[in-house]
Amino acid sequence: MPIIQITDVTKTFPPRSKGEAAAPALDGVSLDVQKGDVFGIIGYSGAGKSTLVRLINALEKPSSGSVVVDGVEVSTLPESRLKRVRLGIGMVFQQFNLFNARTVWGNIEYPLRVAGIPKSEHQARISELLHFVGLVDQAHAYPDQLSGGQKQRVGIARALATSPAILLADEATSALDPETTREVLALLKRVNEEFGTTIVVITHEMEVIRSIANKVAVMEKGRIVESGDVFDIFSAPQAEATKRFVSTIVTSVPDPDALSALRKRHPGRIVTFSFADGSTSQSSVFLTLGEAAVGFELVYGGINEVQARTFGHLTLALTGDGAAIDAALERIAAVATVTEVA
Amino acid sequence: MDRLIELLPKLFTSVGETFYIVGIAMLVGGLLGLLLGLGLYVTRQGSILENRWVSGVLNFVVNTFRPIPFIIFIAAVQPLARLVVGTGIGNNALIFALALAATFAISRIVEQNLLTVQPGVIEAARSVGAGPFTIIGTILLPEALGPLILGYTFIFVAVTDMSAVAGLIGGGGLGNFAIQYGYRLFNPTVTWAAVIIIIVLIQLVQLLGNWLARRVLRR
Repeated sequence: MPIIQITDVTKTFPPRSKGEAAAPALDGVSLDVQKGDVFGIIGYSGAGKSTLVRLINALEKPSSGSVVVDGVEVSTLPESRLKRVRLGIGMVFQQFNLFNARTVWGNIEYPLRVAGIPKSEHQARISELLHFVGLVDQAHAYPDQLSGGQKQRVGIARALATSPAILLADEATSALDPETTREVLALLKRVNEEFGTTIVVITHEMEVIRSIANKVAVMEKGRIVESGDVFDIFSAPQAEATKRFVSTIVTSVPDPDALSALRKRHPGRIVTFSFADGSTSQSSVFLTLGEAAVGFELVYGGINEVQARTFGHLTLALTGDGAAIDAALERIAAVATVTEVA
Repeated sequence: MDRLIELLPKLFTSVGETFYIVGIAMLVGGLLGLLLGLGLYVTRQGSILENRWVSGVLNFVVNTFRPIPFIIFIAAVQPLARLVVGTGIGNNALIFALALAATFAISRIVEQNLLTVQPGVIEAARSVGAGPFTIIGTILLPEALGPLILGYTFIFVAVTDMSAVAGLIGGGGLGNFAIQYGYRLFNPTVTWAAVIIIIVLIQLVQLLGNWLARRVLRR
């Protein structure tokens, strides 16, 4: 049974001004997250992903639909019973949201106090977390004395204080530079691997999905337009929005500009072959072309790695007899995805 | 000058009275203003105890009483003062009026300063399971403490200012001393002696407020 099960959820906020139509932030969203997953939700700002993730710890209530977390329907739970649910769900924020009046130590201690964990147990737990995130020296510093990366590590330590089974990361790296982003993502990955914490990551950066997620859902205008295994989505995106996101880091498929430049140099047919997971050897493709006496020139392409699995796209300019090319492409279609790009 | 020396014992009594009047008024008004200000803040739209009706009523009450000039307010609340403190004149009636006026002023100061706390910080507290009252005590007030101290210092100065019209209902203090023995008896030296003491008192309180706020804000 999934640890998070969101079924047919809609959420409509009241209109900002009178007379304006109320636009749904979420429009029939369903989502299952399995225990131990690192589940990425990607979308542009305003796609509804922040609202979606806040349903999980009931910071937002859905207008309709059901949200079941660890077997408990949280969308109808009264505020008084939410405390227990929220103790089992940590949350990390884009702007860190640290308590400025408290030290690093005090920030990490806060959830323990709220949870009513005896004070005698605080010391050991906090020091364990400080070691885990590598901030032992900063224990008594205040948030305004820390760098962005350090602040987020405090945010992560605070979110983990009560050993939650689920961690929600809302654009956790969007305010950080690329180097710090890598560090924080590596830390989240360790959280998942060492503690088995299920992580839901919200982002607008495909790189975040590629580096830590194993499942991904793509959101657009309050709906999930595509979801599945990260490898499948990266190697064969279907929806337009997904293709746009994938193209931000998979650059082995020529975009329209590159294509028209290629067109000028190569008047013949241009075809892209897509391979996934080494299931096809490229050599068989080239062999087929050779046997059919089709001339080919590699004009664009690359091999990518996601989750230690590879996929690639090779764009070839083909020359030769039209019928021979068609026959060859037909044979190749059995082992690789063939797309006639121009 | 001779006249001032003669009046010294009365001046000392007046200083004591000012401390007493302003001190009690700030204590009572400060506490009630904090509660009212919290009420205004937490019932706002989107806040932790959002409630349109309570919010509307609180805002109406504060907006009704806050703009009344104190010299009129003090006379207008006399019947209420008789009911609550048993008398409509003298220092106790004055303290009652001051505390009430301070409550309304402070409530707005408290509301404004709480609004400077980032909503994300409150969301973070909610996300670990903290309820509204826990959030008020452990997040809102500590996070806004620096500006709150400065706000209270500001109100302290305003209350000292307002206390000067004490004579209207037979109250004492430095303001009354300056008017009664300085202004009315054509003795500027006496007036200025009281004025200087008020200035020194206010400077000291402001210094203390700034120092405390700086310590809390660590800058």
